[in-house]
Amino acid sequence: MTLADRQHDFGAALLDNRLPVPPGLVGPDGLPSPGRFAVYRNNVMVGLIDALSDAFPTVRRLVGDDFFRAMAGVYARLEPPSSPILLNYGAGFPDFLTSFPPLQELPFLPDVARIERAWVEAYHSADADPADVEPLLHLSPAEIGAQHLHFHPSVRLQRSAFPAVSIWQSNQPGQAANPPDMSVAEDCLILRPTAEVSLQRLSPGVAVFLQKLMAGASLSDAATAGFLTTPHFDFPKTLSGLLLSGALVGWSRNPNPFTGPRP
Amino acid sequence: MDGTPCLDHFDIPPRAGLGLKAQHYATILATSPDVGFFEVHAENYMGAGGPPHRYLSAIRQDYPLSLHGVGLSIGADRALDKDHLERLRGLIGRYQPGLFSEHLAWSTHDSGFLNDLLPVPYTAETLSRVCDHVDQVQESLGRRMLLENPTTYLAFAESSYAEVDFIAEVVRRTGCHLLLDVNNVHISATNQDYDPFDYISRYPDAAVREIHLAGFTPRTDEAGRPLLIDTHDRPVDALVWQLYGHAVGLIGPVPTLVEWDADVPEWDVLHAEATRAEVLMRQVIKVPHDAR
Repeated sequence: MTLADRQHDFGAALLDNRLPVPPGLVGPDGLPSPGRFAVYRNNVMVGLIDALSDAFPTVRRLVGDDFFRAMAGVYARLEPPSSPILLNYGAGFPDFLTSFPPLQELPFLPDVARIERAWVEAYHSADADPADVEPLLHLSPAEIGAQHLHFHPSVRLQRSAFPAVSIWQSNQPGQAANPPDMSVAEDCLILRPTAEVSLQRLSPGVAVFLQKLMAGASLSDAATAGFLTTPHFDFPKTLSGLLLSGALVGWSRNPNPFTGPRP
Repeated sequence: MDGTPCLDHFDIPPRAGLGLKAQHYATILATSPDVGFFEVHAENYMGAGGPPHRYLSAIRQDYPLSLHGVGLSIGADRALDKDHLERLRGLIGRYQPGLFSEHLAWSTHDSGFLNDLLPVPYTAETLSRVCDHVDQVQESLGRRMLLENPTTYLAFAESSYAEVDFIAEVVRRTGCHLLLDVNNVHISATNQDYDPFDYISRYPDAAVREIHLAGFTPRTDEAGRPLLIDTHDRPVDALVWQLYGHAVGLIGPVPTLVEWDADVPEWDVLHAEATRAEVLMRQVIKVPHDAR
């Protein structure tokens, strides 16, 4: 048996319990020992399930440990990692949750998972110094409106048709779980300007404003989009909040669309 | 520690070190504990930025560092992942580790990354493949690597070398150095029913640049035979300490890492385990070659 065949059969049987244990895998007496192969099968799954469990602690809390591990096992067999960097593992997990039939009664769960995924991405994203926004404030109002903002690489915008942010927040360690108003849609901005990841819940209109900015629109065009979404869109407050948040690394008169993932 | 930056000190001293865990970053920076070196898994620092790099950079200012890869898949039949080698080069350039080690194992195949250190059959074909890969790693990183002896739970019917002879041949052909994982020796020797003291006596001691110690979980196979699992989730076993004494007697004082990767304890418990290794290392007197 060649090494290539050996590893092909070994690898396939590791991920699929229905396949027989490959021949020639033996114990100290030289006889087949399926119990020993089972150790590798178990190691692979436990390692992947643990990685998902670390990356999605709120989802785990919401569905319970046993259910989470079973569900993560189904996902791991469908989408084993393609890279040895497990920090990146689980990018497809939120989408998997939308199609997992037992979760139909928890339609907000994929959005909670997206918040957790965005948190991990922000945590590991490239470092960059937030811009000193002082010079921007000295421009004329017309000049400010003509500027395009450049976002920090850690910035992630998450939109949900559910109160996913409240659900996420009330399931953090030490928080009391309050039943959220399920009719409320919630958006949030996740970013890591320096050392710590932060999450801000966004007021109505702000997510559309940010989406436009991230797509390369000028401040005035993005503000118009915010107003068209809701007359309650508070532009001065939104802009000052954004400038102080550390979400920006610069600005220019030319579009410079955000290259990270956008909702 | 005297707090002097020692980025120019590439060498790892013959002392005990510890695996660096995120939950201990703050304690280490706040208390500057006396530890010979820290070791990190390379793949945990392959994110673009963020807190892991921030903390590792700060800790690297004060301590020697060893880089331990778990994802290069040196024992795979397929070609090494050039992107992964490039990422390792980047990490080595950035953090200047005193040692770089990887496993005699495979983890990547058609189905993707299998997330375990899988065993290889000890055949002439595997030997040639592993040596090519070790040559390629050493060439592209511009330094010698340490190859670590594996944990095995089973054997391959087609194997034609004893593991220790296979490893000795890789050293002879590639000039690589070795990491002796004493816990892995105990686990594999128990699982495969051979003598761990004899294995260590035959391990190419002149090539060993680091030792690993860790804890394991005892189980049994379907025939009721002992089957030890490499879990790194508890203190080092008494038998492994005995084997460690035997190894240091042959090799002499050598950087020794205590690995504790799951159910990681409080810092003081972990530090006490390293202190125990260091005390033992200093007590053991190296046996001269002609007296063996």
